[in-house]
Amino acid sequence: MATGVQLDHRVRPMDQVGDTVARLITLMFAASIVLVAVLIVSVLWKDSAAAREKLGWGFLLSSQWNPVTEQFGGLPFIYGTVVTSVLALLISVPLGLGSAIFLSELAPPRISSGLTFLIELLAAIPSVIYGLLAIFTLVPLMRVYVEPFLRTTLGFLPLFRGLAYGVGYLTAGVILAVMTLPFIVSVSRESLLAVPREQREAALALGATRWETTWQVVVPYARLGIMGSIFLALARALGETMAVTMVIGNSSAIHASLFAPGHTIAAVIANEFAEATGDVYRGVLIELGLVLFCLTIVLNGLARLMILATTGKGSKRA
Amino acid sequence: MSRLVFRKAVNNVMLSITGIFTVVTVSSLFVILGYLVFNGGKSLDWNFFTRLPLSPGEEGGGMANAIVGSAAIVGLAAVIGIPIGFLAGVYLSEYEDRAFASVVRYVADLLNGVPSIVIGIVAWTLVVVPMKQFSALAGAIALAIMLVPIVSRQTEQFLREVPSSLREGALALGAHRWKMIATVVVPAGSKGVLTGMILGVARVAGETAPLLFTAFNNQFWTTSLGQPAATLPVQIYIRATSPYEDWHRQAWAAGLVLIALVLVANIAARMVLARGISVPRG
Repeated sequence: MATGVQLDHRVRPMDQVGDTVARLITLMFAASIVLVAVLIVSVLWKDSAAAREKLGWGFLLSSQWNPVTEQFGGLPFIYGTVVTSVLALLISVPLGLGSAIFLSELAPPRISSGLTFLIELLAAIPSVIYGLLAIFTLVPLMRVYVEPFLRTTLGFLPLFRGLAYGVGYLTAGVILAVMTLPFIVSVSRESLLAVPREQREAALALGATRWETTWQVVVPYARLGIMGSIFLALARALGETMAVTMVIGNSSAIHASLFAPGHTIAAVIANEFAEATGDVYRGVLIELGLVLFCLTIVLNGLARLMILATTGKGSKRA
Repeated sequence: MSRLVFRKAVNNVMLSITGIFTVVTVSSLFVILGYLVFNGGKSLDWNFFTRLPLSPGEEGGGMANAIVGSAAIVGLAAVIGIPIGFLAGVYLSEYEDRAFASVVRYVADLLNGVPSIVIGIVAWTLVVVPMKQFSALAGAIALAIMLVPIVSRQTEQFLREVPSSLREGALALGAHRWKMIATVVVPAGSKGVLTGMILGVARVAGETAPLLFTAFNNQFWTTSLGQPAATLPVQIYIRATSPYEDWHRQAWAAGLVLIALVLVANIAARMVLARGISVPRG
């Protein structure tokens, strides 16, 4: 404090000590967050040592998975993770961006914030509940109607051939799409709302229609934040465990058809970790966990930088 | 002129599509809630809250032990995670050292996005392996690890919204910084901070993946934290994926109870703040 020199004789030493102590204590707890992150990385690294020594990283490219004969190929899980996440984004990005545009550009503020709250509630629903609903409602729906329909209309593509199981990549993709929607809507809407009013007015004054203004001026202006929301959603989709585990079908092989059962990294860990015997088997699962961890860290890291650059530092809400 | 007509048509079509997309997105929430209330309401009975589960295939039974187990694990996670997260949040908002605080903030955000199954592996290594058995404690630690970054960011956010005039007033009266924080800033921001904590707890209460190989499951009452424990989310997972009709019924009932808790927490938080609650980032 600037006036400290004159007031020093009145300050009780207790208070000065208190200041230092309070600062150190809170600093310690803040540092513990960084410590936890370091701990996570070191645990994953150390526990996968047995697998890394025996198999190296090459197992990620092998597609044979048979723990009984100690064949550990990680490719089916990586393939499943990527395919389900991409499917999810193919559905949730247009739907989410469209909703975000409506909520930021067209809806009156009161209605917009109410609807946004409802959409954000989707993010509060626990993953296992999505899984529960998917098993009993989405899976039969996919098996009886959607997949046979896709087969008859798009069956010339290898992606849409084969038996309609109901469980599999496509179903997992659909449920992931619903789960990632709130992230895309919420963050994209904030990015769109952060676009200065003058941008819209200038475009409208030049004779652009409302849609042209939105699509050619507002959306490009907010593109970094929108990209950020997509990355955020992708990171979520990659790491999503329960809902996917419940509908993916748990087949450790790669199938060309989207109707076929598959597996993802998170799902195989959830399914097999508790029963994994031997350091190598468990180590492989942890190594897969490490891969997943790194992927989500990178995606999240990029997403946050993009969102920060668009919506401005510190401003969490529009 | 036809060019203009075309542009106007595109305008109308595209804007309508965004409206339709919004309706689809919002209605997915109502479809989900509708199914849960319909199926869960049919399945929920008094036994659910008071009885222990029966063996597979037997009709009846409840989830009393899972309800208590969830409460104990989430409660313990809150006891561990909330103080750490809160104090870290106070640091981020009040003692900002430029470089370190932004590192912590960024790391907290990244931790928020770590897949929960990975947190499960870490808690397994740190607690289950040394103790040589699955335990409620391990589950609580896994959830606490998830809770810390959420609570710290929420605390920071709400403390930052306390007007600086309040801080300056306290300092001008001669209060020391720590006293100013403890008696002025925290009380002023307490409503928001509390809401943040409730939302954080509601979020981890629904987590299943980190509990699968930490708290594991238990058919009976868990009498100590060193034993495996049943929890509602894990029960939903096990029962929904089982082949038994009566277990499916109970999974729906448990789903309804869980979602009711989560929604009440979220809507209450919304009403307390009377403002938008952002999606927990990450």
